[in-house]
Amino acid sequence: MAKTQTSLFDRHILFPALGASLRKLDPRVMVRNPVMFVVEVVAALTTVLFARDVAVGGADLGFSFQIILWLWFTVLFANFAESVAEGRGKAQADSLRRTRTETQAKLLAGPGRTPFKVVPGTSLKVNDVVLVEAGEIIPSDGEVIEGVASVNEAAITGESAPVIRESGGDRSAVTGGTQVLSDWIKVRITAAPGSTFMDRMIALVEGAERQKTPNEIALNILLAGMTIIFVFATVTIPSFAAYAGGVIPVVVLVALFVTLIPTTIGALLSAIGIAGMDRLVRFNVLAMSGRAVEAAGDVDTLLLDKTGTITLGNRQATGFRPIKGVSERELADAAQLASLADETPEGRSIVVLAKENYGIRGRDMNQLHAHFIPFTAQSRMSGVDVEGSSIRKGAVDAVLTAVHASGTAVTPTGAVQTLRPLVSMEAIREVQAIADEIAKTGGTPLAVAKDGRLLGVIHLKDIVKGGIRERFSELRRMGIRTVMITGDNPMTAAAIAAEAGVDDFLAQATPEHKLLLIREEQAKGKLVAMCGDGTNDAPALAQADVGVAMNTGTVAAREAGNMVDLDSDPTKLIEIVEIGKQLLMTRGALTTFSIANDVAKYFAIIPAMFLAFYPQLQALNVMRLASPQSAILSAIIFNALIIIALIPLALRGVRFQAIGAGALLRRNLLIYGLGGIVVPFIGIKAIDLAVTALHLV
Amino acid sequence: MTLNGWIQILVFCAVIIALAKPLGWYMTRTFNGEWTFLSPLLRPVERVLYRLSGVDEHREQNWLSYAVALLLFNAAGFVILYGLQRFQGSLPLNPTAMSAVAPDLAFNTAASFVTNTNWQNYSGETAMSYLVQMAGLTVQNFVSAATGIAIAVAVIRGFARASTKTIGNFWLDLTRSTLYVLLPLSIVLTLFYVFCGVPQTLGPSIDVTTLEGAKQTLSIGPVASQLAIKMLGTNGGGFFNANSAHPFENPDALSNFVQMVSIFALGAGLTNVFGRMVGDERQGWAIFAAMGTLFLIGVAVTYWSEAAGNPLLANLGLDGGNMEGKEIRFGIALSSLFAVVTTAASCGAVIAMHDAFTPLGGMIPLINMQLGEIIIGGVGAGLYGMLIFAVIAIFVAGLMVGRTPEYVGKKIEAKEVKMAVLAVLCLPLAMLGFTAIAVVLPTGLSSIANPGPHGFTEVLYAYTSGAANNGSAFGGLSGNTLWYNLTLGIAMLMGRFMVIVPALAIAGSLAAKKIVPASLGTFPTNGGLFVGLLVGVIIIVGGLTFFPSLALGPIVEHLAMIAGQTFGGGG
Repeated sequence: MAKTQTSLFDRHILFPALGASLRKLDPRVMVRNPVMFVVEVVAALTTVLFARDVAVGGADLGFSFQIILWLWFTVLFANFAESVAEGRGKAQADSLRRTRTETQAKLLAGPGRTPFKVVPGTSLKVNDVVLVEAGEIIPSDGEVIEGVASVNEAAITGESAPVIRESGGDRSAVTGGTQVLSDWIKVRITAAPGSTFMDRMIALVEGAERQKTPNEIALNILLAGMTIIFVFATVTIPSFAAYAGGVIPVVVLVALFVTLIPTTIGALLSAIGIAGMDRLVRFNVLAMSGRAVEAAGDVDTLLLDKTGTITLGNRQATGFRPIKGVSERELADAAQLASLADETPEGRSIVVLAKENYGIRGRDMNQLHAHFIPFTAQSRMSGVDVEGSSIRKGAVDAVLTAVHASGTAVTPTGAVQTLRPLVSMEAIREVQAIADEIAKTGGTPLAVAKDGRLLGVIHLKDIVKGGIRERFSELRRMGIRTVMITGDNPMTAAAIAAEAGVDDFLAQATPEHKLLLIREEQAKGKLVAMCGDGTNDAPALAQADVGVAMNTGTVAAREAGNMVDLDSDPTKLIEIVEIGKQLLMTRGALTTFSIANDVAKYFAIIPAMFLAFYPQLQALNVMRLASPQSAILSAIIFNALIIIALIPLALRGVRFQAIGAGALLRRNLLIYGLGGIVVPFIGIKAIDLAVTALHLV
Repeated sequence: MTLNGWIQILVFCAVIIALAKPLGWYMTRTFNGEWTFLSPLLRPVERVLYRLSGVDEHREQNWLSYAVALLLFNAAGFVILYGLQRFQGSLPLNPTAMSAVAPDLAFNTAASFVTNTNWQNYSGETAMSYLVQMAGLTVQNFVSAATGIAIAVAVIRGFARASTKTIGNFWLDLTRSTLYVLLPLSIVLTLFYVFCGVPQTLGPSIDVTTLEGAKQTLSIGPVASQLAIKMLGTNGGGFFNANSAHPFENPDALSNFVQMVSIFALGAGLTNVFGRMVGDERQGWAIFAAMGTLFLIGVAVTYWSEAAGNPLLANLGLDGGNMEGKEIRFGIALSSLFAVVTTAASCGAVIAMHDAFTPLGGMIPLINMQLGEIIIGGVGAGLYGMLIFAVIAIFVAGLMVGRTPEYVGKKIEAKEVKMAVLAVLCLPLAMLGFTAIAVVLPTGLSSIANPGPHGFTEVLYAYTSGAANNGSAFGGLSGNTLWYNLTLGIAMLMGRFMVIVPALAIAGSLAAKKIVPASLGTFPTNGGLFVGLLVGVIIIVGGLTFFPSLALGPIVEHLAMIAGQTFGGGG
């Protein structure tokens, strides 16, 4: 997805939005938004009454006309807000569509790479197997069942660096619309036409499939309820006025009613929801439902994989610990030699450390006629045979066993006989002591031996990502507990957990443990978020309230999660939570603002309304508005304009700060509650001055 | 305003604060079925009652069964009370041979007492036989209050429990609130009132010769016992028409003080029960503080307004505040305090005529009721009414911390919001709706005593008092007409049962939810911020609903008064 930033009011969004605002006046569309639907109904009603008055010649036609005009503007502004929010999604959807070209697929009939039949990509069914070769576009979502290929996924991630996709393992999922750059793969199709990842993405960003989220539904009920309360408050007024011997024009009553009902939040509610999804999309995260975004705001516990999230993916050498009688330099030299051909990040980090600390330069393996012994799961060692000596480095117990074996021989009689007592028990104990010490601090010890003689231990360390500690303490201030998941032993896990500042850890974790932990937390009433990529993560992803699947992950993981992170960056969970919170906060802030606004509107309209028969009520005209008509007109104009004024806030969202719920609420209550009471007093007064200056009434 | 006046008000507040905790402790134990010091005496009685009525102590009800049991019980009470009034002429304990009560008045009275309103369109001493007073009205005084407490406890259980369908057993809660709470306290208070000089007898009225030699009939009867439950159960229905302004129903300053305290005692105690049951007493204190804040604002405005008096009279040289309609024995400070207490707590007993208060002084009682009797409120009703407002306040503002709103660990979602809105809707519907009809119908207008905004306030006050189940009368309105008897009766039933059912539904829905443990990200609902928020939401939502009606009633009257205008004619 293109990571371009659209400005709040882009020309390409603005003009289509104007048209859409008119189209949305269709009552069948409006009825989805009860508050604005009611405004439309009363606007239509007053328009009909106005037409009648024009026909029979009523009084104050100019005033009524202006009120009715602003009633319609109120509805249009609401539609406009929604259209702008949708427009931003549409712009993204269009750029997605452009990347999706009509593809041809090579449908395979048998198990081999031939023969195949070329068919249109859209005709593929689930479980069809297709061949995709270098330069071709993958026709639909699927799973690699054979082959390895580098794939350009820029179409969906915006990241042009190719990624490897291969059968088996956790990197087997491919997405329709992405391009194979080299080699070939056989892909089993997993998505039916029209429901591919790309299709879903387009639908999501367009808001076509948008359903109201639980919290949005609840808020709509409250807004509808408040609307009904204000129906009671206004429809009883004519009778109260009749008792006092006055008559209230319908258009004035309607003006009071529309300014009282929560039109501000009613108008912006769906825009807020769309913008929330949109923010995630901009962040390269696709939420499969709005419910998931809301749940993200509520998350209490965050499960994070250690590797890649909390620590850099790889361990690095941070020190050489020789045993007695061996110099550090000697150990470093041997370790470097053993690692020269070791292309693993650990191996390279040893070479780097040796160079940095002891100035030991790299040597050419070929010149040395060295023979590299690669790491195997059985030996759990690697090393090098060079110039007649052999150097080994590896897991401490493996190296110890090896040196012990090299120092012993089995005689033909079957007795074990010590030939060369090169390895003293003391050295073994010393290596073990150093190893234990390193393990306790969360590091991994690698023992080094040369020609059956123990030299010492290399300290490999999990490097905790920079700044992650601060992120976790921020999360803690948000009230979110972080749990680190790792396959390490508890001792190592505890040390890293302490260094990274997570609240808890799950060591020697299996997928079952993970699932169990999620269920336990949920049983305590907590909401859990996690991310994962492997097939074995799928049950946990499905169980978690917010399951973020990595885009690089397997099809199973992607299906199980309710969000997909296109960048496959697990630390994003933290931002996802913030976006969820932002969405809820924006709704709350605008609801509070909307209700608080009513105070000033009452002080504008009530004295104006009853002034004809109770002149004493002029005392309530605290804003000193010029005339009853200008007061009512100013209130309704303010009520409409505030919608436009708040569109940027609705789209941008209220900023979340991790300062604790109490402080956050105090701050927001001051801004949107108290501000909501004060702002309209100023606004209505200003509009009244303008209305009077322009002689609108 | 005087220092003396404020000291009296503050002493009252201090006593209420001191009582909340012990009463809360006692009631919590009672409703949890735990041992209390009265258990040795009452437990056997309780068990016999269950056996006789076939109630299984160990079976709990879900919210719907609870609501159905409650509605059936109240329906039965309504029918019996209606029957007693209609047939009182041929029933015993009728020494002054009173005849049957008219059907519309009987309907109104039955609705009034079943709903804990105790609006009285009759004079107790001249219309109701001793049997009706004791077996009808006093019984309802007990059970309508007990019903309120039962609902409050059921709603609290909804908040306190987790992952369950049941919210208690109505029959148990009803029995326990009557047997362990209302009866013992009433007995103590009855004896106390007798000590103060309140009559308690089944004998007929006394004919006396006054010092001037004139003949006078003094109505007496079982006054003290009815007085005790009238206050304790926030019923408010007086034995005498003059209610607690009558010297036999309120002999002195001491009895007056105890009456005020007993109006607030159980309501205040229930906030503590809430705190205890949800596992954090401070939650209860927060609710109490919100109530207290609104209460003190009300007292301050009323006292200030009454003490300031009427400038029209001041111009005539009549200084010293507004004493019209007040008892010389109690004065301005206590009358203001009593008026706010009785309307804040849905009691409705009076020691002064609210009709004769200054416009703003009379507006506060009106607002207290319009907000839905949530400032301490009717026993039980006040707490669940306040909790409904808390649900709304939390839902609106709680979102601003960036989480789905939670209250005491319960997520507030669509269902709770829907039910809370339903409960909040019915009050303005009844109050404003009936007023709007009454002030344009000739039959409604003909009962109004005063012209202008004051007459409007009289009607508004009547429906407000009815729908809020308060029962105090502004006065000046002749309520015993077919129209007012029927519509006020309906308003009372709406205001009671259209709130109870949604409240129980909320309890049921909450009980089924898990309890979310509090974290730093949870909005703390046991501190000052929450109290301020709750008060703000109540004032804005309540104020917005009723501002037009208040503007046309007390506010315009007040503005006219300070401008030196009157709305003459009529009356």
